[in-house]
Amino acid sequence: MSDITLDTAAAKVPKAAPRTPPASQIGLPAWLRANLFSSWINTAVTLVVAYFLVRWAIGFVEWGIVNAVWSVPDNQTQACRDLRGIGACWAVITEKHRFILFGTYPYEEHWRPALCVLLFVGLYIVSAMRRFWRKELALVWIGVLTLIGVLMWGGVAGLTYVPQERWGGLVITLILATFGLAFAFPLAIVVALGRRSSLPAIKALCVLYVELIRGVPLISLLFMASVMFPLFLPEGMNIDKLLRAQLAIILFAGAYLAEVVRGGLQSLSKGQYEAADALGLSYWQKTGFIILPQALRMVIPPLVNTFIGFFKDTSLVLIIGIFDLLTAGKTAIIEPAWQGFGIEVYLTVGAIYFVFCFAMSKYSQGLEAELNRHRAR
Amino acid sequence: MSQTTIDPRSLRAPPRRPLRLSWSDERVRAIVWQVLVVGVIGAIVWWLWSNTVHNLEVRRIATGFGFLGREAGLPIAESLIEYSPTDTYLRALTVGLLNTLKVAVVGIVLATILGTVIGIARLSKNWLLAKIAAVYVEVIRDLPLLLQLLFWYALLQGLPGPRQALNPVQGVFLSNRGLKLPWIEWQDAHSFALIAFLLGAAGTWLYRRAAIAKRMQDGRPRAVWPVAVGAMLVLPVAVWAALGAPWVVDWPALRGFNFRGGLNMSPEYFALLLGLTLYTAGFIAEIVRAGILAVPGGQWEAAQALGLHPGQVLRQIVLPQALRVIVPPMTSQYLNITKNSSLAVAIGYQDIVSIANTTLNQTGQAIEGIAIIMLVYLTISLSISFFMNWYNARIALVER
Repeated sequence: MSDITLDTAAAKVPKAAPRTPPASQIGLPAWLRANLFSSWINTAVTLVVAYFLVRWAIGFVEWGIVNAVWSVPDNQTQACRDLRGIGACWAVITEKHRFILFGTYPYEEHWRPALCVLLFVGLYIVSAMRRFWRKELALVWIGVLTLIGVLMWGGVAGLTYVPQERWGGLVITLILATFGLAFAFPLAIVVALGRRSSLPAIKALCVLYVELIRGVPLISLLFMASVMFPLFLPEGMNIDKLLRAQLAIILFAGAYLAEVVRGGLQSLSKGQYEAADALGLSYWQKTGFIILPQALRMVIPPLVNTFIGFFKDTSLVLIIGIFDLLTAGKTAIIEPAWQGFGIEVYLTVGAIYFVFCFAMSKYSQGLEAELNRHRAR
Repeated sequence: MSQTTIDPRSLRAPPRRPLRLSWSDERVRAIVWQVLVVGVIGAIVWWLWSNTVHNLEVRRIATGFGFLGREAGLPIAESLIEYSPTDTYLRALTVGLLNTLKVAVVGIVLATILGTVIGIARLSKNWLLAKIAAVYVEVIRDLPLLLQLLFWYALLQGLPGPRQALNPVQGVFLSNRGLKLPWIEWQDAHSFALIAFLLGAAGTWLYRRAAIAKRMQDGRPRAVWPVAVGAMLVLPVAVWAALGAPWVVDWPALRGFNFRGGLNMSPEYFALLLGLTLYTAGFIAEIVRAGILAVPGGQWEAAQALGLHPGQVLRQIVLPQALRVIVPPMTSQYLNITKNSSLAVAIGYQDIVSIANTTLNQTGQAIEGIAIIMLVYLTISLSISFFMNWYNARIALVER
């Protein structure tokens, strides 16, 4: 009844067209006022920041584009030297980009590392898509990594053999990062499980490994790999330098990833463990079918963040003289003609690192939002 | 419910069965697995160890730390204690350790300040400021630290020489020889004033404790600030004035080809400090932001409803809760700065890694050299994490 009276009352009110909010409350002016000029102190901050930003941007554009030198005829860098501090010398990139990307790999064979880089990127993209998250993905990884090995070394199927000492540049960075993670990840799972194990000896070993590795800088492990490994092996047996550095990176990454995985194992509710026990599953059945699938899913975002860290950390191999992207950049400007153009080279190399890391970071943020969607209201 | 209730489950612990020698007994399985794993790892370690001993014999490398007493003969550009190349390796390594600590401690302080500012800026209502802080954090965290260090070092090397040094503020010179700052001439009076300040700080802390304890008894608040000002400001100034108030500013000035006087930061140290600070500040900013966001808005409102003024709300309600979220990840950032300072070797700043590396190249004592590096970092890491764990336990939420 009350509904009816309300309805009739509403009907008596004369209809008016919906009014738009006052002009000062919508659109650009309102946004500007709310976000940039809401109070005098806010206005002052905006003006000061904008002033410095514009000044810096103008300076950068003048240096990087307007006054820049884009190419010079055969290593005659005088034009660049005259503009030191006024204009950038992008000619160093024009001249050296093949060297920075591929190192000392034979020039005619540069398509091989280039193809490897594409394969790596493709592998990352496929692994990032949730619809491919199944067991077959491991086979894809094995297949692609083998193919990359064949392409880089050659010696079969009409490809000329290229010794490992001549590899260099971006592909080394990707090899160190990808192979490092491919081996460190299973190691990390085993260590994380071991650290939560009820067997005291195994737990102690895992704790010792993780804490020891996490307490020392990566450099000391790389030094160890480069100067101490040869002492560890029997006489006459030798592993090449890249493999030794790779081993150090695997050991290092394993300890950090193990802690991330352990976080996932700990955040799983106790009921999951008990329910699995109650079903009569063995330890490995319980771990493989119940615990790990849930725990790993939970830690994917922090795992990706750790991956970003390792991708950046592979650059440390520069210190023991392995020819990765950063070393190639640093070596490119050793030649007297090109000395002193470090800024340009490091900006370019930095842009390459940035593209990879930024993509991973955005992916991790998106994934986190997606995996947490059921929690958001 | 009475206090004497006993959880009945605790009375029904399963009786200990005698150990059966069968694969179906899980305790037997546990022992077998452990023996197996420890045995395999022990065998690998023993194999590596015996190889090493054999290799050392073949190469005629003497083991042991006897080389530490020998003359180092390696020049070190900057040092906090007196050092000459005729000193021993031990002294050289000590210099390296002090150089590591010098960059790590200063880096931790600067990165904390800068990171906090950027973290708060990212939460600012000012859109421009928040965006700039966000872009800074994204970019700096996505570039390798080593690359950033090389970049800053290259930038410093590209600066003009001392004669055309940049001079943004009077007395501050930036050139390819590093950064020069004015500094006061340190005299005994300053040391005594510093001691007075430290004593005053300790006294203030004791007074504050006593004041809080008394307030707990009678409920009357006691102002701490007059004591703080007296003990930490007036007392040191009085000590300094009583000793003649020496105040001589040491301005850097160009003499010949380089600067003399003032506080001198070598380009290597400056690039390392700059790189470490800017890089770590990006991470600290995110930690601070997360910590502040972790305190629900209701806490602010509830505290204001209780009649606390904004300063009290921040100090007594919000910060203690935010710190709980901030401290554990901050600890790992402090550890990271310390460990990352080892990248100094790439730009030629002589920290412990750089000097130990030179030492092991000169003496061939690879194992000892690396053992020293690892031991130093493990000690530093463990001390920082012990301290931060202690601090964390102090501020942690005490539940019933």
